[in-house]
Amino acid sequence: MPDELTIRIAGDAGQGMQTVSTVLAKAFKKAGFHIFVNQDFMSRIRGGNNFSQLRVSVNPLFAPRAKSDITVSLDKESVHLHRPSIADEGIMILDRQKHGITDNDSAYFDVPFYDMAKRAGGSELYANSAASGILAGVTRLDFRHIEEALKETFGDKSADVIKINIDAARLGYDFAKNNFKPDIFAIKEGGPNVNLLMNGNDAIALGAIRAGCKFYSAYPMSPSTTIMENISRYANDFNVIVEQAEDEIAAINMIIGASFAGVRSMCATSGGGFALMVEGLSLAGMLETPIVIVDAQRPAPATGLPTRTEQADLDFIIHAGHGEFARAVFAPGTAEQAFYLTVKAFNLAEKYQIPVLIMTDQHLADSSRDIGSFDMDRAKVERHIISKEDSKKVTGYKRYQLTKTGISPMAVPSWIDDVIYADSDEHTEEGHITEDAHIRISMVEKRLYKKMELLSQEIEEPTKFNIDSADTILIGFGSTYGVMKEVCDSIPRRKAGFIHLSQVWPFPSRHLTELLKGEKNILTVENNAGAQLAGLIRRCTGIEVDGSILKYDGRPFDVDLLLNRVSEVTSHGRR
Amino acid sequence: MADVKDFMSNDPIAWCPGCGDFGILNALKAALVKLGRKPKDIVIASGIGQAAKLPHYIKCNCINGLHGRSLSYAAAVKIANRELTVLVTTGDGDCYSEGGNHFIHNIRRNTDITVIVHNNQIYALTKGQASPSTDEGYVTKVQPQGVILEPIRSLEMAIALGAGFVSRGYSADMDHLSWLMLEGINHKGFSLIEVLQPCVSFNKKNTYEWYSKRIYKVNDDPAYDPRNFAAAFQKASEWGDRIPTGIIYRIEKPSYGEKSGLDKVPPLVDSNIDNIDITGILKGYA
Repeated sequence: MPDELTIRIAGDAGQGMQTVSTVLAKAFKKAGFHIFVNQDFMSRIRGGNNFSQLRVSVNPLFAPRAKSDITVSLDKESVHLHRPSIADEGIMILDRQKHGITDNDSAYFDVPFYDMAKRAGGSELYANSAASGILAGVTRLDFRHIEEALKETFGDKSADVIKINIDAARLGYDFAKNNFKPDIFAIKEGGPNVNLLMNGNDAIALGAIRAGCKFYSAYPMSPSTTIMENISRYANDFNVIVEQAEDEIAAINMIIGASFAGVRSMCATSGGGFALMVEGLSLAGMLETPIVIVDAQRPAPATGLPTRTEQADLDFIIHAGHGEFARAVFAPGTAEQAFYLTVKAFNLAEKYQIPVLIMTDQHLADSSRDIGSFDMDRAKVERHIISKEDSKKVTGYKRYQLTKTGISPMAVPSWIDDVIYADSDEHTEEGHITEDAHIRISMVEKRLYKKMELLSQEIEEPTKFNIDSADTILIGFGSTYGVMKEVCDSIPRRKAGFIHLSQVWPFPSRHLTELLKGEKNILTVENNAGAQLAGLIRRCTGIEVDGSILKYDGRPFDVDLLLNRVSEVTSHGRR
Repeated sequence: MADVKDFMSNDPIAWCPGCGDFGILNALKAALVKLGRKPKDIVIASGIGQAAKLPHYIKCNCINGLHGRSLSYAAAVKIANRELTVLVTTGDGDCYSEGGNHFIHNIRRNTDITVIVHNNQIYALTKGQASPSTDEGYVTKVQPQGVILEPIRSLEMAIALGAGFVSRGYSADMDHLSWLMLEGINHKGFSLIEVLQPCVSFNKKNTYEWYSKRIYKVNDDPAYDPRNFAAAFQKASEWGDRIPTGIIYRIEKPSYGEKSGLDKVPPLVDSNIDNIDITGILKGYA
């Protein structure tokens, strides 16, 4: 039996490929497997060609594979489109009659799943439940897992509809067991895997709820929108207001207003929306208002590839905003990091009264993995505003009081007896407009030097792996964590290691300088064309990396591709 | 009892002598004295322009941010803490040009905020270019052949968009303006108070004399019904020899606070966020 399998479900948008992968992910998890699911969408609601790819394994998973062992084509186009991505000895499940497929291919496994759908429920709508059943049959999964997974997935539907879906799956399951004889994909079940199955956007939303975000404002933009949908789902129970703003400019200014009034607030967008927010980012820097912004990156410039992935906003995010002010930028690589760093982003924003940015991308946003439950002791709210009780003692309040640390005590309007003046013009300690050169200097130093110095003392430690034994060290940020980990794990004799940066600003210069000592072959791994991380490392540490492995086709790295690229380097060497 | 001294700011005023903004400032202070709330419970939001400086010249909480964006943060301040009285002081450029989209959508949003638009029909901070409300034909350095764009129909827009309180005042009639402001603050929902305000430095046409000859008060006519949409729309479109002031349109409608449920719960800012338990929702991912 194989240790792992990759299953791809392909079809046109609207055929429910994600539903199939969701059902299968739940079912395989119940059977004790680790799961990784990624989505490859076109930017359309109907038609086109999309796929959802599910990887199951006895070992923890972090990244996608290039080829699939079992591909299900729900439409005609998928058959030929995905044929090249079938692994050696892999199969393509298809409905020859329905899709008029006349050619012969040893990989084809013909299944009349549209007919099964009609037999079960009188409609082709149930074809994807039949497909779920076929996949379970081919892999010899216990049918009860599929049955339970269907019940959970369609939990909000009527009992009749759930039954039809189960019946369709049963037809598919029995057909596969009777007609697909080889046991090449048969898996061996273990006890249930009780981990959580979530994607990066789920984790960010949960982190925001845990961190006490009570106001969320955004304009919908792929691939950030599911953060808004998630928070909206929990808004009533946790007393959160989610406001769909008229544009991204309003969104960021609204969260600044709510934060000024003492409420933890967040917005999320993608690069184009963030471009509109840049003026507001600078405002948050000037007003010293804590806010959290998520940029779920997608390929740009301009509209780019709306539903695909890229890491090309790194330079933009670090430098965005007119003028000079402190900020922190996180780049989580996993759902776990996304959760903890979102909580930390809120704490840090409030502590330093700065904007904190979280960079993700479509790959992290939409890919699900099974993860251990969160440790709430590592996700604690730390408050840094003057509490309501302490506010009673405040007299002679100055919003921008000059202090050694550069941080002025932050009061909440109406909690203190004094009034609060916050201004986007250069201002006095009281918050009134001034053009005094001495005050200007003090305020610039407060907003930039002093805060950055303190922020630099609490930079998130980079993750390091095999650093000591490796000849080749990969460096990445954000969503490449998973693929770097799997690749380094699979290279023999610990010859390759990696460093992952989950914080890119303030840049972990000291950490990197320390980690990159000695004669190593250093390569950045980046989902962009400009080798932006390599440039950032050079600017911040003076270290010139030996090369960069770049991918800018709008698709994420997969384990096979990166392994190939790294193996070339480790076998031939560069020195 | 509140007193006008409670609202005195020590920040030196940077407006030109004779500016219509002084009348607006004094009217606002008088309205806030009558309102009877403490300065700490009032927030004034503003953007950029001469009007945007006003919050510095009065003792209230102030968030003076970006050009055109004041309605965005004002609405959110009200959402964050519904117990605050929230006002906006903005100008014809700030509100109708740079912030036009926010003007439209905050009328739809209908948070309980009072928006005072200092309309001097000119860009004064940038020294005299046309604003969206400059009369057609008016000559400026940037429009030497005279303005060719039609002036924005701000009050008609507000009525058409469904604003519940649409009014116009005049900066030289402090008592009337102060009354409008108090009515606007007490109206639950988005309130618009546009104030005709002579600019003594850059608008040589719409002067004190020009306005004084033309304006009249609609509410002096007992037959005028501000609840009548069609009549109000017609009144709002009047401009030229006669210019109406007063409460042009007023209807009761549910505010954002009522519709969102915010008014039924403690202010968001009072939420205890120390240890929010998310274990229940985590189960949904197992």
